[in-house]
Parts: sequence; structure tokens; C-alpha cells
Amino acid sequence: MRHDHLIGAKQLSRADIESVLDRAAEFDADPTAFADAHPDALLALCFFEPSTRTKMSFETAIKRLGGDTVDMGTVESSSVKKGESLADTMRVVEGYADGIVLRHPSEGAARLAAEFVDVPVVNAGDGAGQHPSQTLLDLYTIRENAGLDDLTVGVMGDLKYGRTVHSLAGALTNFDARMHFISPESLRLPRNVRFDLHESGAVVKEHTDLDAVLEELDVLYVTRIQRERFPDESEYRAVAGEYRIDAETLADARDDLTVMHPLPRVDEIAPDIDDTDHARYFEQAHSGVPVRMALLDSML
Amino acid sequence: MTDTELRVSKIQDGTVIDHIPGGTALHVLAVLGIDGSGGEEVSIGMNVPSDRLGRKDIVKVEDRELSADEVDVLSLIAPQASINIIRGYEVSEKSRVSRPTEVVGVLSCPNVNCITTGDEPVDSVFDVLDDGVRCRYCDTIVRDDVASLIEST
Repeated sequence: MRHDHLIGAKQLSRADIESVLDRAAEFDADPTAFADAHPDALLALCFFEPSTRTKMSFETAIKRLGGDTVDMGTVESSSVKKGESLADTMRVVEGYADGIVLRHPSEGAARLAAEFVDVPVVNAGDGAGQHPSQTLLDLYTIRENAGLDDLTVGVMGDLKYGRTVHSLAGALTNFDARMHFISPESLRLPRNVRFDLHESGAVVKEHTDLDAVLEELDVLYVTRIQRERFPDESEYRAVAGEYRIDAETLADARDDLTVMHPLPRVDEIAPDIDDTDHARYFEQAHSGVPVRMALLDSML
Repeated sequence: MTDTELRVSKIQDGTVIDHIPGGTALHVLAVLGIDGSGGEEVSIGMNVPSDRLGRKDIVKVEDRELSADEVDVLSLIAPQASINIIRGYEVSEKSRVSRPTEVVGVLSCPNVNCITTGDEPVDSVFDVLDDGVRCRYCDTIVRDDVASLIEST
């Protein structure tokens, strides 16, 4: 892969994705063997929103490659609190680091940042927009467990605001994948994602009920339905309950169904699934390190 | 339109934008950044009977010739508009609008969570689709009432 920045999944070709995943497999085999790959490389972590997995795995990845991080810290402790624009913040940070990992609550933030700096920018989540590095590790997990072709994927939960969903849907158009999107009517895929899927010619179906497609699925990608998307608690509870899975829900699923989740989960996947062969979400989170090592290796 | 039907006087030099959909002339002026503060003489005819459109608007701007880019942007809200460049009371050039591939700094993104709606030093950029526009920053697609996104309205 050779890109100056990673802003959204749409910019990734099949060749781009496969080269990152192949390299990630090398790192995965022995993550400690590449400490000479990028000595002295400094990666700026600019997280305007909370993060655990994404931030820690980028930090681990650059350190495994021999580099280090400089961390903006929380918004409360930075000049952003004084009203500094994102463009200015990025131009300042550019002088400190060899690359920038940016998470921001506004859609389009990473694209704007990339316009103002010459060092590579990785979009680590922009509002309800995109989260392409998550998608690369999602694809890594799918490839390890189900393969990336002749694939039937179900994506369930908050499809409207779920940035991991938007990026995953875009990236899967590079593969022979049939996509089923399962959500309440109010949280179905946004217009722009549906537009891109249609333009790509992807095989896509939308459902409000998992039962309609469960038996067909190779992969079920579950996302959290967020409480704050609903006007009141009772409406949230009614909807969220419909999109919660447990071992009983999966009784009719294929034995080799792979269940994934970008995490954190609240209660949309019951703990009784954790010990089944379906559960791959912790493995998925762990692959964040080798995949982000591969991504940084290609960009720095 | 013949001279006897003229509702506003001929202009000596400038631009006449004809066949604007009825009731949208003010949007056209907004797109062109014409609000009177520049001192231009502007005449507007609104909801004038038209064989082609039923009702149409006409805008005449004295001493100003529209650039190709300005004409292109008009296509988003007045796809059937015709542009007449007037020199010495005569029509010197006549053209139809054509659809641009992008529109810069004219429309405001309706997504309140788009980074361009904050206090950032960037112009909005919209890619033009067959049936709407798409914010290049946040990907929001707008199909209906693009005129409502014009920044200065």
C-alpha cells in the first residue's frame, strides 16, 4: 500500500488491503522481531475523543517497530480548550512527529487535517464517518476465520452512526462478499454508504430481523446501539433488546459462524457466547497491533 | 421576450440570466454573491409567464459579466437557465449552463457535525452527483433543495 494518508475505506483497493494483511501476518508471527524497522520514528496521538483499543494498539504498534509516541493528551489539557482550530493544531503537531493518528468527533476531520500537513495522517475515527484502520483489522480477522471471498457477512446494530460499519461496508466491496445489514429502521445505513454500495454493484440486503438471514452467515459483525441515539430510555430498551444475541440466538447459526464486534460491548453479545467457537472479538482486538504495525510500516 | 413585453429596462453592458425557475432568483443572486453591497445595478423579474417553464425568473446585472465557474454553479439551482452577455445593448454571447464536477465555497454542509461547519479555515467543497451534491469532507449527500444550502442565504 502506498498512500500519503488513510482517511476512509473507499480509498483502499483490494491490492492495498491484501498487502497490509499479508504484512500484518508477518508481524503477527513474531511481533518482537521488528524493533529495527522504524527506529526513532515518532507518532503523534491526537485523540479528541476517548479511546482504549485504538490508541493503545497504535502506541504498541509503533513501539514494536522501534519508534515512540507523542501524545496530545486530553482535549481538556490542550490548546483546543482555548479555541484553537483543528487546522492549527495539526500544523503544530506536524512539526513534532513523523505521522499523526487522529480521532475527532466531527465527520471530515481527518480529511481536513490531511490538507494542512505533509506527514501521513491516519483517521482513527471521525464522528459517525469512517474508521479505516479498524476495518483493516476486521478484515484480517475475517480472512483468518472465514476467508475474504465467497463470503456472506451480516452487520447488525447501529448502522447509521457506526463508523466501523461504514468503513467495513466500503472495504468489503473489493471482495466477493454478500452483505446483509440488520438494524432498526431508524438506524439503517446512511444515504452516502448505501449510495456507494449501490455504485459498486455490491450484493446488499437490509433487514430488521436477524432471524431472516442468520443461517446464511459466515460472519456476524455486531455493533453497539447507543443509548444517546434515542429520545427516551424506554424506546432504547425496546430496540436494543431486539438486537442482542446470546448462545440460544445462535442455535440456528452455522457451526463455523464467526461473531465479531469492534468493542466495547455493553450487553449486545451475552457472555455465554464468549466461550463458544463463534466468539472472535477478543482475537479481533488483539490483531489491532500487527495490523497497525503493517499500516504504519507502509506509511512512515 | 419582445421589447413590448419587457418589464424591466434593457441594460447597456452586463449579464442577463433568463429561464431561472420561478421564485428562485434570490438564490441565484446569492450563488453569485450579489447582495447589492457592491453597488451593482440589479433588476429582477419574478414569476414571469414562460412557455418553457410556466413561470420563470429573470435577473439582469449591470456592468458585470459572469465567469464560466459562476455560470456552472448556477446549474445546481437553475439547470435550464440561459446566460446572455450584453455589450452595447446587444446580446454579445449566449450560453446555457453546464453542470460542474464540484462546487467550492458556495454551499454550506447541512450536517451540523461536519468539520466544515466549525471554525476552520476551509471552504466547503461539494462534488456534484447526477441528482444532488455530496460534501467532500463528511460525505453527506443532499438531493432535495440544494438551494437551501447556499451559504449567504
